[in-house]
Amino acid sequence: MKADPPTPRRFRLSPDMIGLIALWLMMSLVPFVAPNYYIVSLVTMGLINLMLIASLNLLMGYGGQISLSHAGFFGLGAYVSGVLNAKFGISPWIGLPSAAIVAGLGAFAIGLPTLRLKGHYLSMATLGWNAILVVLFNQLVDVTGGPNGLLGVEPFNFFGIDLASEVYALPLVLVISFIVMVGILNLLRSRMGRALRAVATNEIGADAIGIDSFRTKIAFFAVSAGIAGLAGSVYVHVNMYASPETFAVSQSILLIVMVAIGGAGAFWGPVLGAMVYTLLPQIFADLHDAELLAFGVGMLVVLIFFPRGLAGIPAAIRNLKTKGQAR
Amino acid sequence: MDTLIPILQLLAAGIGTGSIYALIALGFNVVFKSTGAMNFAQGEWVMMGGIISAALLTSVSSVGLAVLMAIVVVGVVGMVSERVVIWPLRSPTALSITLVSIGLAIVTKALVMLTLGKQPAGFPGFSGDATLNIGGVFIPAQTLWIIGLTLVFLVGMHFFFERSIIGKALRAAAADREAASIVGIKVESTILISFVIAALAGALAGAIITPLTLMSYDQGAMFGFKGFSAAMLGGIGNLPGAVVGGLVLGLLEAFGSFYISSDFKDAIAFGVLLLTLFLRPSGLLGRAHIEKV
Repeated sequence: MKADPPTPRRFRLSPDMIGLIALWLMMSLVPFVAPNYYIVSLVTMGLINLMLIASLNLLMGYGGQISLSHAGFFGLGAYVSGVLNAKFGISPWIGLPSAAIVAGLGAFAIGLPTLRLKGHYLSMATLGWNAILVVLFNQLVDVTGGPNGLLGVEPFNFFGIDLASEVYALPLVLVISFIVMVGILNLLRSRMGRALRAVATNEIGADAIGIDSFRTKIAFFAVSAGIAGLAGSVYVHVNMYASPETFAVSQSILLIVMVAIGGAGAFWGPVLGAMVYTLLPQIFADLHDAELLAFGVGMLVVLIFFPRGLAGIPAAIRNLKTKGQAR
Repeated sequence: MDTLIPILQLLAAGIGTGSIYALIALGFNVVFKSTGAMNFAQGEWVMMGGIISAALLTSVSSVGLAVLMAIVVVGVVGMVSERVVIWPLRSPTALSITLVSIGLAIVTKALVMLTLGKQPAGFPGFSGDATLNIGGVFIPAQTLWIIGLTLVFLVGMHFFFERSIIGKALRAAAADREAASIVGIKVESTILISFVIAALAGALAGAIITPLTLMSYDQGAMFGFKGFSAAMLGGIGNLPGAVVGGLVLGLLEAFGSFYISSDFKDAIAFGVLLLTLFLRPSGLLGRAHIEKV
């Protein structure tokens, strides 16, 4: 390590921040470059998935905690916002923060007894929690619409314009997801973010230098679930519909896989994970049954040969090259 | 007496499904002890046990023989799986093994679907479809087979872990990997053996439940979750805990769906699971683990 000379503090954008701005600018041009309903709706769905995977990466990649309920919190957000709107006529703009708050509080309640302990307790408890949520989504038919799904959800309304369909919603989703990604980036650079990494590396060591590891873990779990809830609200008002199977435990597991495939603990990993998660069903649409096999094999190849995910491939190749030169 | 009959009937049904969960939980625990990972492929082995038994029955005449062969086949699948996906991991950690097992589960499920089809498979019970009438309580003969065979398997496992040299080596490696390798135990092979045991336990569970419920390629995950929950309920990594957890979960489901609501059956079971985790995090039989620095 070499010590940097003290530089005067001045406003400068970090490379990650510049990357974010460039990527979001590119995506906002998509409707003009490719005025195609299908492509634009893919970008919108991809951004919703990105919020989900990036928030899970925050907990899993940096915090080392596995939540098997991320799809559950996504669903909780979707149903809170959707039911408030469809059954009580409350504006989606109020549903949006409500969804985030309810999901965050839910995570807080689950984290309170389980995050005091080390080990697998969070993953165990969240598995049960997601399973219970899905039963409730299915069985509270009067409120949620049951297995047929929640109908009659209105889109976001922006000064009289209904942001119905993925195309009209794109600008809003771009703004919300940008705020989320910048928020995550700043959070990781903050004191809390460094504390989280310390806790994930060595909890006892972190406690010894004055970090409250329990508070750090629960705060990040609540934030992560809150973002998932927010994404759920966006999803339900863009889609104008929600159905229980979207939020099953198997989806939570798939989200964990996407974090790992993208690159757990890498800021850009979730972008790759979200691309895979969004495009995969599209590419494999006409392969039907072999789709599952190809997906499973591809996933194993990435996990076995590139433990740091797709985001780690450039570094892995560089490593191989330097090894080759050394020989 | 009349009020007692439904209770006895539910008791029998609960112990029957509970035995299945106990077997799956045992498989979970064995792999957890040797790797620290949650094995998501466990449920797929259960599914394979049932479906392969049914497929073999088209060429083998006896149900018992078909089931036995299926269990052996799945045991081999467990062994091959470990060699193909866990062995090549350069730095295996609990997390990386857990993640890889998700991929393994997907591949296993897809291969079964592509080779054996999507139709639910079933076959007659070990005593046909007989139902016993014990003082007015009706119990399918297969339920008794389930309870009996589970008991035999569990006793066998007990002696394996307590008496055999391989069983003792597994326990030693689970307790302290480094110390075990110093005294000459090949720690890597204990992972292989644990995968085989887990696959055998899962396959047995799948093969003996299929006559009662049928089995299709996509049911593995459900069995896996139930077994996982049973393992947590009893205390993860705790072998007697798997049995207690399995039975408690089976009974909860049976009585919960009869007296409260069958729609909320899963919610009741998982609710109790959450409560147990909150109140007794190390499970019903687990001991608190205190790490001193």
